[in-house]
Parts: sequence; C-alpha cells; structure tokens
Amino acid sequence: MRRRALDAAPAIVLVLVLLGAWEIYVDSGATSSSILPAPHTIAESLWGNAGLLGHNLAITAEEVGLGLALALALGFALGVLIHLSPPLRRACYPLTVGSQAVPIAVIAPLLVFLLGFGLLPKLIVIVLICFFPVVVTTVDGLAAVDPDQLKLLRTLDASRLQAFRFAELPAALPAAISGARIAVTVGVIGAYIAESQTATSGAYSGLGREINADLSSLQTPRAYAAAVVLFAFAIACFYTLSEIERRLTPWANQSRGDIR
Amino acid sequence: MPTELQSREHRTPGSRTPAHRTCGATRTNGGVRLDGVSRAYRDRRGASVQALTGVSLHAEHGELLAVVGPSGCGKTTLLELVCGLQAPDGGTVECAPAALMPQHDLLLPWLSAVDNAALALRIAGDSRAQARSMAAELFAELGLQGFEAAHPHELSGGMRQRVAFLRTLLSGKPVLCLDEPFGALDAITRAEMQGWLGRALEREPRTVVLVTHDVEEAVVLADRVAVLSPRPGRVRAEVEVDLPRPRSRTDSEVIALRERALVALGMGDAGGVREDRSAR
Repeated sequence: MRRRALDAAPAIVLVLVLLGAWEIYVDSGATSSSILPAPHTIAESLWGNAGLLGHNLAITAEEVGLGLALALALGFALGVLIHLSPPLRRACYPLTVGSQAVPIAVIAPLLVFLLGFGLLPKLIVIVLICFFPVVVTTVDGLAAVDPDQLKLLRTLDASRLQAFRFAELPAALPAAISGARIAVTVGVIGAYIAESQTATSGAYSGLGREINADLSSLQTPRAYAAAVVLFAFAIACFYTLSEIERRLTPWANQSRGDIR
Repeated sequence: MPTELQSREHRTPGSRTPAHRTCGATRTNGGVRLDGVSRAYRDRRGASVQALTGVSLHAEHGELLAVVGPSGCGKTTLLELVCGLQAPDGGTVECAPAALMPQHDLLLPWLSAVDNAALALRIAGDSRAQARSMAAELFAELGLQGFEAAHPHELSGGMRQRVAFLRTLLSGKPVLCLDEPFGALDAITRAEMQGWLGRALEREPRTVVLVTHDVEEAVVLADRVAVLSPRPGRVRAEVEVDLPRPRSRTDSEVIALRERALVALGMGDAGGVREDRSAR
C-alpha cells in the first residue's frame, strides 16, 4: 500500500504544480471567470453540487460500462473473424476503418428516431467509437503469434481450432486488453458525445448533458466540476482495466516494467 | 504407464499423410528411413537455397541416431522432413509418426509446466484432469516434482528443456526428433541433461533423431553418428558407436570415436578443443 502511495507521488506533485499555475493565471485577471474558473472555484462547485454530479456520474458510468462491454465483445469477435477468414478481412476491415470517420452528428438523429430517448442509442454511439481499437489490437495480436509455436502444435496433430485455442487466443489476449484500455478512455469522451447528440428523458441525463447545459447557462464552474468528475472517472477505468490485465495475463508482464 | 503411452502410437490419421511419405509401421517398423532426400528453401530475398542434397539415413526402431554438422547444414530442415512439416523435393522419407522437440523449448507461456507437458494429451482429447495426472506422474522421474504449477518463466533453462522433452515424449509417437535440445544450456547443466535423457530413453525406448553440433554429446548418447557437410548438407560419414551405456566423455573409446567424427567434419586433431565453442 505504501508502495502504491509512493508510485502516485509524482502524479500528485505534477497535478499540484499545474493547479498552482492555473490559479495564478486566473488570479492575474487575464481571463474572465465565466470562461476559465479558478481551481478553488471549481472545487467549491464540486463540493456544493456533489449530489447532482454523483447522480449524473451514475448515468454516464452505466453508459460507459455497458457500451464498453458491448464494444469489447463485438470488437473481439470481429477481430477473431477477420483473423480466421481472409475474405471477411477484405470485406470488413475497410468498413471498420471507415466507421471511425463517420461524424456521430450525422447518424444521431436516425438513432433517436429509431430507438427513442433511452439508453440504447447512446450505447450504439459509444460502441461505434470504442470497438475500433479493440478490433485492431485483437487482429494484430492474433497475427503476432509465434509461427514456431503453431508449427509445434501441428507436430502434435492439433486441429486449426486447437491451434487457435492453445496458442493464438492466449497470445492475443494481452494485445486485446491493451485495446480495451484505449477503448475505455475514448469511451468516456464517447459517452459525452452520445449524450450531446441524443436527447434524454428523465431527471438526470449524464455528465455530458450537464456540462452542455451549464456552459450555455454560464454556470462555468459547475461545467468544469463535471469535467473533473469525467477526468477522474476515465483514470479510474483505465487503471481498473490495467489491474484486470495483470490478473488475466500474468505471463505478459514478466519482461515489462510496472509503470502502468 | 508404457502401455498407456503405446496405445497412443500411430494415432496420426493416414489421410493426413502426403504421398511421398510412407507412414506407420509397415516398412519402417517404428524407425526412420531417408533415401536420397533433397530439399531447397527460399531465403528472405527469394533466392533458392539448397539445404540438403542426396541425404540417405536410417534409424532402426529404438535406435538413437545423432546428426552432427556445422551451423546451417540443413539439420533443422532434416528434422522437419522427418516430422512431416516439409516435403522433400526429391527422394523419399519413410517414417513412423514423429514428434518434434524444437531448438527453443517453445513452451506456451500461458500454461503451467504440467499443462505444457500434457499438451499433446489435451490435443488428443483427454480432459484437463486426466492429462495433468498422466504428465504429473512423470514429473518426479525428471526431477521436476514441485514445479507442476510453475509457469515457464519461473523455470530454469534446464527445467524448461525437461518439460519440453516430456511434452514430446507424451505425444506417444514412436519417433522423437530432438533439435539441439541442450544447445542453449551451460556445460554443467548440459552434462546433467544428457544423463537424464539417456536414462529416460532406457525406461521409455523410442526411435530418436538427435540433431546437435556437439560431437561429444553425439558420441555419448547415440548408437550411430551421421556427419553432415556444410550446406548443401550431405552425409559425409557415419560412425557406429557400439559402446556400452552409460558412457563417459572421458572413456578412451568415446574420445577415439569423437576424433573420428571430428576428422569427418574436417576439424580433426587440434580442432577437438576448439570445436564445441566455435561451432556455436
């Protein structure tokens, strides 16, 4: 535990230095506080709006969690299919890459029209944004398996499926989880985009909508407070996945440092 | 134990056997026979490289044939031909089903030692528990007891080689192809490993093709030593080793045969001291 605290020290020092510089910059009067609030103003807003932000975080966390789970499942499955079938690779890969260039604003009205104001259209937006890194890392991980290991399995009379099960799949797992860690960070901004682009019914509508509403009503400190919550949430998600990776693929961490 | 293993022999379905290969026990009777085998491969720039030319070799059932030669003389190609991973361009390979122990242990890092050793059993359809208990029985014999659950990165080089050997042995195939099994080990560990390999084969007789560039290792372990020329590999000499086991590297007969093999390699006399290290 003490070791962990020591590891976190450089990050804490960096954050404190940046916050100090920020505070000094705002206090110097170079900008108005409705454009850039000072850190202490944001902290006050965070404290004062803890209930509201907490409820909105729960909404956004649900979107990110479910969206990410779906994106991982779909991305991994698509990666495996692309790896196993060259025709499928030629058919799907260009579309997969292209899907990343489609502005969400173009399809958002269609999604809302078809699926309403609930969770579903938001999940689709998040999946669309998140699944790509998982597909790419899975395909690369599956292709990077040691060909000598496959040769060895052939001498042991392994079928194609067994070679996949014993060599390719475990070899690709660390890469796929790395993709998931990228996905979770873009997933948080994906949730913001999803909330911005699709309407919601209900008392709380997530941190993304909260930020947009606060910005348009000049409640800038609360928008910043909500952004701070998103910021912390993304970091927490990333390290949670790193921990899952460490437990799931202990062999992969042997030669690497423990930076993450 | 041996009966269980033997029941797994010849499991390779005949349908997977290419036409140039005569597999199974019909003519070779658990042995290996190569007749005038040639094989070329393409290097990275696409140029054709003749690896082997006109190689004729045989190992009777239960014999240990050592193949020595300079680096790049096609020894690994030879083993892949025997294992059916490649087909010869010319000549014939007749061989009972063969399992390969590759030069680098190639243990799967995500499996424990016992699961690595039992890989062939899992592939053959045994349950995880069945495969584990069969492999675990042999762990003690190879001095691996207590390391069943260890992962490859937690094992020493010598232990990894023993697990890889066990995996090859448990494939139940009558022919074992060992590709420089001890090449990466230090001299002391290598001597120990040679000792247990000899003992393991006494308990579980198989036909073995051992590729090595250590002439001394070849003479200590083998029934016959085939000396290959530099690329393209061809058989320069065959040295019968008709000495009782276990043999010691300091026996005068062992030293004499080693000299003969070294002369065939073109490294006689004073070359004897240099040979082991320089070949590496």
